[in-house]
Amino acid sequence: MQRLGVFVCHCGSNIAATVDVAKVAEMALMEPGVVHAEDYQYMCSEAGQAKIAEAIKEKNLTGIVVCSCSPRMHEATFRKAAERAGLNPYMVEIANIREHCSWIHKDMEEATKKAVILMRAAVAKVNLNTPLQPGESRVTKRALVIGGGIAGIQTALDIADAGYEVDIVEKTPSIGGRMSQLDKTFPTLDCSACILTPKMVEASAHEKINIYTYSEVEKVSGFVGDFTVDIRKKARHVDMDKCTGCGVCQEKCPSKKAPSEFNRGLNKRSAIYTPFAQAIPNVPVIDCDNCIKFKTGKCGICAKVCQAGAIDYEQQDEIVTQKYGAIVVATGFDTINLEKYDEYAYSQSPDVITSLELERVMNAAGPTHGHLERLSDGKAPKEIVFIQCVGSRCSDDRGKPYCSKICCMYTAKHAMLIRDKYPDVNVTVFYIDVRTPGKNFDEFYRRAVEQYGVNYIKGQVGKVILQPNGKLLVQGADLLDNRQILKEADMVVLATAIEPNPDVRKIATMLTASIDTNNFLTEAHAKLRPVESPTAGIFLSGVCQGPKDIPETVAQAGAAAVKAIGLLAKDKLLTNPCTAKSDELLCNGCSTCANVCPYGAITYEDKEVNDHGIREVRRLAVVNNALCQGCGACTVACPSGAMDLQGFSNRQIIAEVDAICR
Amino acid sequence: MKYSYYPGCTLRTKAVDLDLYARASAKALGIELEEIEEWQCCGGVYPLGTDEIGSKLSSVRALNAAKEKGQALVTMCSACHHVIKRVNDDMKNVDDIRTRANNYMELDEPYTGETEVLHFLEVLRDKVGFDTLKEKVTNPLTGKKIGAYYGCLLLRPSKLLSFDDPENPTIIEDFIRAIGAEPVIYPYRNECCGGYISLKEKEMAESMCDKIMDSAEGFGAEMLITACPLCMYNLNKSGKLPVYYFTELLAEALGVRGECKEEVQA
Repeated sequence: MQRLGVFVCHCGSNIAATVDVAKVAEMALMEPGVVHAEDYQYMCSEAGQAKIAEAIKEKNLTGIVVCSCSPRMHEATFRKAAERAGLNPYMVEIANIREHCSWIHKDMEEATKKAVILMRAAVAKVNLNTPLQPGESRVTKRALVIGGGIAGIQTALDIADAGYEVDIVEKTPSIGGRMSQLDKTFPTLDCSACILTPKMVEASAHEKINIYTYSEVEKVSGFVGDFTVDIRKKARHVDMDKCTGCGVCQEKCPSKKAPSEFNRGLNKRSAIYTPFAQAIPNVPVIDCDNCIKFKTGKCGICAKVCQAGAIDYEQQDEIVTQKYGAIVVATGFDTINLEKYDEYAYSQSPDVITSLELERVMNAAGPTHGHLERLSDGKAPKEIVFIQCVGSRCSDDRGKPYCSKICCMYTAKHAMLIRDKYPDVNVTVFYIDVRTPGKNFDEFYRRAVEQYGVNYIKGQVGKVILQPNGKLLVQGADLLDNRQILKEADMVVLATAIEPNPDVRKIATMLTASIDTNNFLTEAHAKLRPVESPTAGIFLSGVCQGPKDIPETVAQAGAAAVKAIGLLAKDKLLTNPCTAKSDELLCNGCSTCANVCPYGAITYEDKEVNDHGIREVRRLAVVNNALCQGCGACTVACPSGAMDLQGFSNRQIIAEVDAICR
Repeated sequence: MKYSYYPGCTLRTKAVDLDLYARASAKALGIELEEIEEWQCCGGVYPLGTDEIGSKLSSVRALNAAKEKGQALVTMCSACHHVIKRVNDDMKNVDDIRTRANNYMELDEPYTGETEVLHFLEVLRDKVGFDTLKEKVTNPLTGKKIGAYYGCLLLRPSKLLSFDDPENPTIIEDFIRAIGAEPVIYPYRNECCGGYISLKEKEMAESMCDKIMDSAEGFGAEMLITACPLCMYNLNKSGKLPVYYFTELLAEALGVRGECKEEVQA
């Protein structure tokens, strides 16, 4: 017979305001096996944990139930507390009377009744618990970083500097990401390339960092400490070892009609290309969709002009399989498609551009060589209107419900830079709110208004009208002055909302990492574990987790690296002992369990059994505890009821259901 | 192709040509428009009040008449289309209105939004197909530069009307191409003409229409087409470009305009 203790937490008023906690404790004493019950204001506090330890020792408890918050929050806390008091940690059960009860109910009587039922179910289960011992698994001392933007580069550098091997997998032909497309950075206005390219070089030169560009993660298996990943290295059709990066092939390539991805489609590039001059690696790729050789078989000019003989039209995709202990996701963002925002005339006039396009226009290596000009006729603009929150903070399904966070600052930056370089150009900004929290951020915005004379108008724009003379007419409202505004402009710049890179869904599925309704990766805890995914061994770096600017991204990248290093520093990890186990006498070797196991943890052995005096050799299922993740799929699939999950046995679950239905 | 047809009261008075050209064109295209019996005025904009069902009943009667025949209901006037489609949505999705309207109507079987409501332009696009229409055109309006004027009632609220993209519609431009002419795209094509404000604040409506006309003219339009009698009224006051109902040009392209013309004048 078990000797059980029940501990009911008030969680301040979170539980106690809706649930009669004293009543729950009182009722617990009537349950079979319960010899001790008490309630306390904060069970998770040091004092609360001491109460648990004291009761375990004094009353000689063999198991405990903590009625508190979700086990995702504090199961580990209470297991550790029990272990310190000499109890096997798997003799601890949590009855979730906060998320499952007090937070979602208002009526005290009803909620108390439900809390009692949840407590009973947990007591019924713990009565059948048996002490479990975790196993051990090894840790591969190598990290994978998915995405080679500033987030991925920083994470990789930090992990590598701690002495671990890191692979960066980047989809495009070069690392650098969005930051490489920016001209200047706020709030210091230093040149983006000047601070990014040294980091790119550092990453590529680091002896512990290996970069796979033009590559994608194709398959992920395994678990924390021991992931196996297939990486597809797409055929570059250029030999990385032979190419000297001289650039002659790009100059001579006769197909120069493909839109340049790096310049956001504002100008054209050749079919064989490096995205930008400072690309790392400085080895071009052939874009087969636009290459004449690949389309018609005739051409081959790049191969002819290449002195190094690096062009290889026969090159095929290659799959590299590698083992990792930790995976960091740093897949970044893109701007939203403006198809649903045609009132801003983006599709109708080349003089309506996004802010990211303006970065390219302002950049010396951009389509206009850094000259501010209208893309329709090349003329210098005299009036520029910026429209904020295009697709951000949107209440209908056209845009995003969240604030993209970076737009207020970069718009102030653009406005200031234009006023500084072209003092005769008038700049107007339409805004809903100006949001500039951050070190030296509000001062930056005020400089734009006070020193540079940027005209900020509180109000939204209803329509941008293309006029027959090619000029734009911006129709908006000034909410402070309560008047309609019709403003003629030569250029309109849209602060377009950002969204996670569309590939993130595919990657999250491979990693079994959860994502929210906006496709941002979910963190393990919104406040206390912001750089970890709920899936063990997966870490989050940069905008894939939520909108953020460069300083924040770099900070988070470092934090993700620290978490990954903390994992890689361990030689062994304790494995969850709640794994499946097959009853030899019931198993008939049918293979159903092996077919449903997503981890390949089940194999078969011919083994002699003694079935009630009959000795015979049978084919039996055997679970590899190192691979089993305790998902329970096999226990449901097994037709003879031979498979059971330790810690969640069929008997335990039936006992819980019985207790609920009693 | 057989449809129930709801002309609406303006098509019996000021906009009789919108109706006659439509009927003649439909006939030429093999579309049967069966006018529903004893239809009443849709109520203009008034049925959109959320607390009143009395003003929605005429739409419900028309919708139910089409339902009893097992036909989709075709409209011609933008305002009637807007009103009937929105009342239909209420009958489908708003419990309170559906219950009260049905309690009042005492129909054999309650009406719950079953009828499909189609504007004649949608029939041309989705049922006939603009490609087929193009083939049936005998008298293409080659070389004519026509600005589509959508106004607001056909496009918004966009999810409910589900007529076309409210900011960048294409249906009337595609129609113009189908009858052999050249569409002129101008930014004011989906702006309001002023509607009923012309009765109270004439100057405001005039300035709204002037903007539409100037913009269309600036981009090279020689004429405008519309599906709305009220837009026609307001735009004609401005008098800068000629304005036609889309059905008139359709009838012309199909070679049946002449036979209607006398009737219109009569």
